[in-house]
Amino acid sequence: MSADLPLSPDDVAEIVALLDGGAYDRLDIATTRFRLRVARAAGEGGGWTQEWDWQAADAPPTPVAVDAATAPVDEGEGAAVRAPLPGTFYRAPQPGAPPFVEVGDRVGPDTVVGIVETMKLMNPVHAGTSGTVAAIVVGNAAQVDADAVLLRVTP
Amino acid sequence: MIRRLFVANRGEIALRVIRTARRLGMTTILGVSEADRASLPALQADEVAVIGPAPSAASYLSVERVVAAAVESQADAVHPGYGFLSENAGFARALSAAGIALVGPDVASLEAMGDKLRARAVGVAAGLPVVPGGEAADKAAARTRAEETGYPLLIKAVAGGGGRGMKRVDAPGELDGAIDVAMAEAQAAFGDARVYVERFIGRGRHVEVQVLGDGTRAIHLGTRDCSIQRRFQKLVEEAPAPGIPPDRLHALQASAVRLAEHLGYRGAGTVEYLVDADTFDFFFLEMNARIQVEHPVTEAVTGIDLVEQQLLVADGQPLGLRQDEIRLAGHAIEVRINAEDADADFRPSPGTVTRAAWPAGPGIRVDTHVGNGGKVPPFYDSLIGKLIVRGDDRPAAVARLAAALDTMAIEGVHTTQGLHRRIAADPRFITGGVDTRFFGGLAHG
Repeated sequence: MSADLPLSPDDVAEIVALLDGGAYDRLDIATTRFRLRVARAAGEGGGWTQEWDWQAADAPPTPVAVDAATAPVDEGEGAAVRAPLPGTFYRAPQPGAPPFVEVGDRVGPDTVVGIVETMKLMNPVHAGTSGTVAAIVVGNAAQVDADAVLLRVTP
Repeated sequence: MIRRLFVANRGEIALRVIRTARRLGMTTILGVSEADRASLPALQADEVAVIGPAPSAASYLSVERVVAAAVESQADAVHPGYGFLSENAGFARALSAAGIALVGPDVASLEAMGDKLRARAVGVAAGLPVVPGGEAADKAAARTRAEETGYPLLIKAVAGGGGRGMKRVDAPGELDGAIDVAMAEAQAAFGDARVYVERFIGRGRHVEVQVLGDGTRAIHLGTRDCSIQRRFQKLVEEAPAPGIPPDRLHALQASAVRLAEHLGYRGAGTVEYLVDADTFDFFFLEMNARIQVEHPVTEAVTGIDLVEQQLLVADGQPLGLRQDEIRLAGHAIEVRINAEDADADFRPSPGTVTRAAWPAGPGIRVDTHVGNGGKVPPFYDSLIGKLIVRGDDRPAAVARLAAALDTMAIEGVHTTQGLHRRIAADPRFITGGVDTRFFGGLAHG
């Protein structure tokens, strides 16, 4: 791999300096590990961009799997309350605290029913509708995709 | 001799550390979470060790797992990057017990700078100025404090927070009345009448000094200004801090070196100050005992690779640089490109970056782990890249920043690019030397 060391930021700057004086508008470099495209940007600014495409590592990528339990199943009674963002779903404001809601609880549109933590930010999940919590679909601390069904509320 | 370096971080800083370590001939081992196995840093490292599942608490923040992985991979040293375990004294102790060097300061330095009150006390012991102030249990004590702090001053409830019970006093004649009201309010609101009297700094700037030490000797590499912040998160950083009179600048830098030498500091560190934008009085706040996100602006104006300096010191070598060898040339600005929707209250925007056309060219550096098709997982912070520009002077750097931001094209996730374009076009920013209220006064939308 050391034979194919990626170009440093200084290398890229030098490539652009060379191209900038000439008539070429783009340079395309491909190796077994990466492809780099340096191109004159559209418009009058005279700027340049760099785009990198990397070959995937030998090991197949491990996607952040959404297991069956957290898949956005949309069946069952009542209105689905969905995750506003992908992240980690929490049923309680902090470890050990009672859950925001349990099955059978009455909720209003503004009732907080859980939290989705995304990129270190806590995003409250609101019921969005009035009714009774019929089912909690996703377990505490489960990874969820955006729009995954978290719980169901019947009128 | 560091032959095998374990990198205990992710994202752009992991890639940044790997780049220098490999140039120095080290073998790099990257500790990754399950979510980062196919990340660009994992692709670039010589070896990869999976330390745990995606959530940081069970991977990047787990002292036990990171140390075990470093031992398992027979690392000589660990580079912690920034954030995560980088300033964790327990981590430093565990590595030491395992016979592995930390690329960072001694445990004693980490502990001395571990919290703001402790840091303030150490700063005072090293002779650094701190924001004048202190507690007052009654009116007479408050008057004494006021003589120490000068005017304008702020009276705060000791038990308070979030601005409640705060009173600003501009002249001695207003003091007695203000204390009465503040104490009564503090008693009513918190059941505790004690107040804290402190100098009021109406227009404050966040200025920091980069230092390097080898345990005996320390030098500084000039200042950075990080006054443009949102909710205490830095957005834009530049080096050097603009518009500070030379005598104040020299005193500020000298005091940072004094603190580093007082601590017997080893490695790279940053001494942070609150600087009064009107008087240029400066006050020590805290020291960050690690590499900073914004270190590239210092590299851009000094030509010094800070990660290389960290690795050399961690390897037990004396500092190879003298203060009189440090020359600052030009001006550099960094903007943080975060996967956030600046038009929707900075809502996080994880996902797949379908296209990442970063700016390129002379005077432009981009530190990023995100190329075309790159993933931004929801588990970690939102930084996807840093755009760093350098110019021969500040106006040239600002012009280059604006042009670079115009050419950049990131697709698939929302980013802070548009916000930075507005900042780069803001007359206050173009003039330079803004205070920490800048962001609040920025034209939105």
